[in-house]
Amino acid sequence: MKALRRMLLRDLWGMKGQALAIAMVIVSGVATFVISLSTLDSLRETRAVFYRDYRFAEVFAPLKRAPESLSDAARAIPGVDRVETRVVATANLDVAGFPEPVRGLLVSVPDGAEPLLNGLYLKQGRSVAAGRDDEVVASDAFALAHRLNPGDRIGAVINGKRKSLRIVGVGLTPEYVYQVAPGSIFPDHKRYGVLWMGRKSLAAAYGMEGAFNDLLATLSPGASQQDVIDRIDRLLSQYGGLGAYSRDDQVSHRYLTEEFRQLGTLASIFPVIFLGVAAFLLNVVVSRLVSLQRDQIGILKAFGYSSTDVGWHYVKLIVLIVIVGVAGGLVAGAWLGRGMTRMYMAFYSFPYLHYELRPVVAVSAGIVSVASAVLGAVQAVRKAALLPPAEAMRAEAPERFRVTLAERLGLRRILSQPARMIARNLGRRPAKAALSILGIGFACAILMLGNVQEDAVGFMVDTQFRLSQREDLTVSFLEPASARALSELRSLPGIRHGEPFRSVSARIRHGHRSWRISVQGFPREGNLHRVLDTRLRPLRMPAEGVVLTDYLADRLGVRPGDKVTIEVLEGSRPVRDVRVAGLVGEYFGINAYMELDALNRLLGEGNAISGAFLSADREDRGKVYDALREMPRVAGTVVREDAIRSFYETMGGTLLLFTFVITLLAGTIAFGVVYNSARIALSERSRELASLRVLGFTRGEISYILLGEIGVLTTAGIPVGFLIAQGLAAYIAEQMKSDLYRVPLVMAASSYGFAALVVVVSALFSGLLVRHRLDHLDLVAVLKARE
Amino acid sequence: MSSSYGRIGQRSTGSSGDGAMREAGTEAADRPTAEEPVFRARGVTKVYQMGEVQVHALRGVDLDLYPGELVVLLGPSGSGKSTLLNILGGLDTATGGSVEYRGKDLTRATERELTEYRRRHVGFVFQFYNLIPSLTALENVAVVTDIAAEPMPPEEALARVGLADRLDHFPAQLSGGEQQRVAIARAIAKRPLVMLCDEPTGALDAATGIVVLEALERVNRELRTTMALITHNADIAEMADRVIRVTSGVIHSATRNERKKSAREMRW
Repeated sequence: MKALRRMLLRDLWGMKGQALAIAMVIVSGVATFVISLSTLDSLRETRAVFYRDYRFAEVFAPLKRAPESLSDAARAIPGVDRVETRVVATANLDVAGFPEPVRGLLVSVPDGAEPLLNGLYLKQGRSVAAGRDDEVVASDAFALAHRLNPGDRIGAVINGKRKSLRIVGVGLTPEYVYQVAPGSIFPDHKRYGVLWMGRKSLAAAYGMEGAFNDLLATLSPGASQQDVIDRIDRLLSQYGGLGAYSRDDQVSHRYLTEEFRQLGTLASIFPVIFLGVAAFLLNVVVSRLVSLQRDQIGILKAFGYSSTDVGWHYVKLIVLIVIVGVAGGLVAGAWLGRGMTRMYMAFYSFPYLHYELRPVVAVSAGIVSVASAVLGAVQAVRKAALLPPAEAMRAEAPERFRVTLAERLGLRRILSQPARMIARNLGRRPAKAALSILGIGFACAILMLGNVQEDAVGFMVDTQFRLSQREDLTVSFLEPASARALSELRSLPGIRHGEPFRSVSARIRHGHRSWRISVQGFPREGNLHRVLDTRLRPLRMPAEGVVLTDYLADRLGVRPGDKVTIEVLEGSRPVRDVRVAGLVGEYFGINAYMELDALNRLLGEGNAISGAFLSADREDRGKVYDALREMPRVAGTVVREDAIRSFYETMGGTLLLFTFVITLLAGTIAFGVVYNSARIALSERSRELASLRVLGFTRGEISYILLGEIGVLTTAGIPVGFLIAQGLAAYIAEQMKSDLYRVPLVMAASSYGFAALVVVVSALFSGLLVRHRLDHLDLVAVLKARE
Repeated sequence: MSSSYGRIGQRSTGSSGDGAMREAGTEAADRPTAEEPVFRARGVTKVYQMGEVQVHALRGVDLDLYPGELVVLLGPSGSGKSTLLNILGGLDTATGGSVEYRGKDLTRATERELTEYRRRHVGFVFQFYNLIPSLTALENVAVVTDIAAEPMPPEEALARVGLADRLDHFPAQLSGGEQQRVAIARAIAKRPLVMLCDEPTGALDAATGIVVLEALERVNRELRTTMALITHNADIAEMADRVIRVTSGVIHSATRNERKKSAREMRW
């Protein structure tokens, strides 16, 4: 068997170019698998450890105001383990050197003690000292965005009063791993920051002495979460409770979970495609190798090697290539996975990194690769092993060709002899040609998938900000205000136009299904902030009834005309049945909309508004910001441009890296497929091409025949790839739907162009490599050998 | 030895020779017309490097081939006859010496010139036919006529080898003899000045081989194509104008057949 082993290595060396291309494809597949899964595992593990170490609460209950004594009653609720009360306040912040509005969330920490729940992890400095009323700990992301360090000061307008705050530490709690301002979609650490402040100082500044407006709880083992939530809701109902919710509804946790779920989806789709393509390549190459070695197999068997020995020889050949690929993939995957995890850590500002590459991930990557490759090649190996020796040694009969259908239909006269050769070579083995086209198609498709998310997000942003949110500024009030507040805003210098809105938190219910949402009221004639229908046309608010996000209607199982129950969680907490008047197509969040007056009627309040959408002259923005900062009732201001900019900044960091890695790996596959198709075509055609050279054909002329075939396959593969990409993108979009956002199925022309370009460049490059070989065909040898 | 026997166009110790020694390159007295040779090879050597071993395939060959003559190169395997034919056909280059085709030195020709030379002037026939399996008989001929200067219609070429009724058959649908006749039709269709045939009957049974030889003989007679034919079958030599025996890379003898047998008379 020593000879066979040597033959194995020689065969491998003889096909080193192809073997390397295949190994690279496997490297790509395995690396994608490892990157995705290890990143996912690491993130989950890190989050779990962080939650545990820093005692993340399980139930969250915001309310208007309750006396501190109520906390004992909360502690007494059966199923409640630990309770912490706190004061949470919104503020307008003033950061030196940053003129735009910054919203802040001030969260109290116990004076002189560690928080019982949602512990503070300090990255820098110290926690606030008892009795110092101007000290705060800034959230890590916010401090980083503004380059703030312990010792720096920032200004804050809390409850209408200006206060200077001194940063003494920089830290993070499990509650704000993902910091998103209310009403925003993506984090914007420059314009939204969380600050932790001593309980006494914050209560004093916010008028909450001896009281709290936020309650956290953990559950004792075996407790019913829903039961606890219901009891807390009852307890807080007369104190302006806004509805307790579990971790599942906690913003930061939900975003993280959603991100992890999406990552999990990608982790299952990409490696399957990548490995599938690798298996396909292996199959084609091995079957070709085997038919080239017919006589060698015959001789081996004539000498007494069994079919098993011969078959085993080829299995080993495949496994060797796969092992090289898997090993490379594991190394590349672990390296890139660690990098990716580190990037996510920075993005989520987790305090520490637990990179985890579970052995099961590595082993399953190996098993999946080897199994798919061996399965892919098993047929060719069987064919080789079962060949009777005499037959194997005999020359293969000339291949049977037929005049292709297209030629019979009259194309024949147009085609030159070389063109006919191309047509018939393809037509002779339509299944093989189809597989090659499919392989190139898949390579093209995965190239596109890398860009799909970017395209979709671009489209979402465009729709959201160009068609729907057309205001320049959004101003929200601390308390519902009268219509006079709007006139006040409109009279500010530089304000061109203003429209009011009302927003209340509520629970919407249909049958046994319910969701916590905010109901938004817009004026009927609104023109700045528009709601779009399912076909993205501006929708006029109906005089009566509620308009729901189509995704929400789907979840609730309602259609226009059905009735839903709205339980308002503010004010007099009315509960009303409202007819669904229409649906809106929205990519971000889930919402219910009503006409402003209709909403106010439902709330039983007068002409109250929660804030206003404003359009302002660009040159007067600075003055507007300053004026808004001085208005006591203004809780926060969002600038539209900021929202767009921050969105793209966020995108820049995360998606693009993923896209880049995927594109790189997909490019490898595209090249692997095309190069192997070309090499196989070369080994199949080298004899007849050399014969044509002998007959006086130039190098260019025979290249045309071979490269023409590759050209036809590539040209056919690209549109097939477009179709595959659309199918896969639709599947991914469906899998990624959530109440946070739905990614529309959008593919930009540039993505089609890019994928096609990479495939074409791969084809040209492969063509060049093959052309080099064509130029060195051995004309004499081909006349001697039979095949 | 090679210098005394290797010169073609010089009559030597052959059975039909008259014994007169002449210098190579002078006009052959035994030729009916005083023509310039088509090929004039002088001192041709060919050395292959096989790993660390040098193989001397040709050790100094002189050879002239004249218009319209049918020459058989006879010799055992490995004698160098195929190497010689490949060099004449522009498929291979000599290590030393010179090969002139109608006054032009092939040993100095570029790759492009050799391709042009094969395309315009040489017809090849090989032992294993080397047809393009994806093309029909007619198309296999057309593939050459498409790029030739003044070709005959492919149908005519196939008719000349007796395949007028097999035009639309693919190689897989033809017998070995038929495939070889398609190869001959392909070679003659460009009206080449020389035809080089390497063991054209080597893969065929006797009866089929004779049909193929008949086709070659007709081409030589009707088109006056210079023809060099390699074989190791001594019987076939009887149809030649001259027989050149090659052994161990040198020309051992060159003899003239007084009476050419026709292919039909042959058997082996």
